[in-house]
Amino acid sequence: MRKKLLEIKGLKTTFFTDDGQIPAVDNIDFAVHEGEILGIVGESGSGKSVTSLSIMGLIPSPPGKITGGEILLDGKNLVTLSDKQMQKIRGKDVAMIFQEPMTSLNPLFTIGDQLKEAILIHHPKWSKKEAFARAIDIMKLVGLPRAEELLKDYPHQLSGGMRQRVMIAMALVCDPKVLIADEPTTALDVTIQAQILQLMKDLNKRLNTAVLLITHDLGVVAETCERVIVMYAGQIVEEAPVQEIFVNPKHPYTQGLIKSVPDMRYKKDNLYSIPGSVPKPGSIQEGCRFAARCEFAMDRCVQETPPLYEAAERHKSRCFLLEKQEVEQHVESVIES
Amino acid sequence: MSKVLLKVDGLKKYFPIRKGALNTQVGDVKAVDDVSFEVFEGETLGIVGESGCGKSTTGRLLMRLLEPTEGEIEFAGKMISDFSNNEMRKARRDIQMIFQDPYASLNPRHNIGKILEEPLIVHGMGNAKERKQKVLELLEIVGLNEYHVKRYPHQFSGGQRQRIGIARALMTNPRLIIADEPVSALDVSIQAQVLNLLQNLQKDLKLTYIFISHDLGVVRHISNRVGVMYLGKLVELTASEDLYAEPLHPYTQALLSSVPVPDPTFEREQLIISGDIPSASNPPSGCTFHTRCPFKKEECSQVVPKMQEVKPGHYVACHLYDALQHSMI
Repeated sequence: MRKKLLEIKGLKTTFFTDDGQIPAVDNIDFAVHEGEILGIVGESGSGKSVTSLSIMGLIPSPPGKITGGEILLDGKNLVTLSDKQMQKIRGKDVAMIFQEPMTSLNPLFTIGDQLKEAILIHHPKWSKKEAFARAIDIMKLVGLPRAEELLKDYPHQLSGGMRQRVMIAMALVCDPKVLIADEPTTALDVTIQAQILQLMKDLNKRLNTAVLLITHDLGVVAETCERVIVMYAGQIVEEAPVQEIFVNPKHPYTQGLIKSVPDMRYKKDNLYSIPGSVPKPGSIQEGCRFAARCEFAMDRCVQETPPLYEAAERHKSRCFLLEKQEVEQHVESVIES
Repeated sequence: MSKVLLKVDGLKKYFPIRKGALNTQVGDVKAVDDVSFEVFEGETLGIVGESGCGKSTTGRLLMRLLEPTEGEIEFAGKMISDFSNNEMRKARRDIQMIFQDPYASLNPRHNIGKILEEPLIVHGMGNAKERKQKVLELLEIVGLNEYHVKRYPHQFSGGQRQRIGIARALMTNPRLIIADEPVSALDVSIQAQVLNLLQNLQKDLKLTYIFISHDLGVVRHISNRVGVMYLGKLVELTASEDLYAEPLHPYTQALLSSVPVPDPTFEREQLIISGDIPSASNPPSGCTFHTRCPFKKEECSQVVPKMQEVKPGHYVACHLYDALQHSMI
């Protein structure tokens, strides 16, 4: 087993709004191991982005606040750090790339200025020349051609794919241990997406940087990740190695999600669809949050909150159906009816 | 063979690029450049392509929400590209559109009843009572309830809003529906609901769809035939099964192999093409794909390839198949 680099324990992030307290992320536990690519999938409102922002200490406050739990990076709890201490870690030990590269690059500064800024903040003793050399190295590493010239360009002069490469370069410039990628290819076209995903896989192998990939696209997960976490309404509902999750999904939500993606390889006559829609965050207090949309829901599901059960080795699922006897009885009764 | 409902011939849309104090025209963005195809009654024609390929512009040209620079559009035997604005407004009763962002395309100040009734008023259909009746009927068809009539767009979820957009498009009993990325803004589980709704409606109401999308999986699921666009041109057009089983154009091949498949056990050879999509204001000479094509020949940079029928019903615009075409003749 590889070493745990980043460990999230009982994380709870709450937004305090006029409509009351909304727990966007509610008591989640997981770990990112050295050199792995871990995927978090979920639909809008599942809490996947809030999870990544919580790790980076970027939750806008107010209205948001981490109200419980620990985020341990190499044993150090990031939740208790001051803003200043966090600044030293952000970008150096944990770096992040965002969905829309144009809005995350400053349009008034050249690519070179922005890369050098990132380097000099974490290496204040470096000379400008050293920073420049490092910037060129990293540009080449992410496969950007004509690195010297590009450093003088402004973000608007680059294409979407190149901008995302610049973002990756900027994130990797200080050799982070963990790279958080929040929907890194969602804004890109498929042919460019394929290039960027390939690049991320290569970099993960060559630099051994652990990657936490957040996405809504099950195809992206299947092609890049080793392990997957499925989130629903602020909770983890399933966690398993990528093969397991697609071949043998245990949670009814995961099963429904996989079935409802149109597959390019063959035509299904009728697409499976999960009835209803994602509950508003904070609207469900008791019971399983998926119960209202679940075809296997039992009385118990609305009364008690299911824990994460061990379905198999390294495979966890938050569903009462995994209690053995319960399964047999229930499946029998469903078949009978 | 079913009847041709819509026939498009040599459709072009050039947007002028103007510069300087005198606003002189310095060039054109060739958003749609010589596109021809037919749509048969009762089928779904998918149009796929990456951003900037002209797929949405094509959709808007067909409804004449944009004026074509050149080309003919024939709908149900009538040359609608020659229609006056007044005639065209009447013709739109038979051609309706569903948009990508259901929030931006519904008036936030009107309640759903009013939004749905409006197309009927515009086209002078029915009296007040009949119109109300029709609104309720369509709400039920798209899976919403009677009490939704008094609500406003912001009170609905994304999936419900798209259902309203669909209901509005169906109000005038159209024959052709142009759906421009209708499920792109929706989550996977909701996307499946809306796709199923569209398919059921097609069966029940005998609708013809032009389905524009960037998502190859979705297009495969819903379409009978699929056209692939690149930089304003249609590069391949054929039955959906043929396109996915045996894509002929190198761009289609690259596009299909780039799509991530939700199955980790699936192995394939990935054809990752390098580079970006060139600008439509200054497209490459000859075949517009030659700058990224792994099978480029000399003539590709000089001669524009023509759309040719390589196999029955399978059209492709690529010089690789010139020889094949000659041997067939």
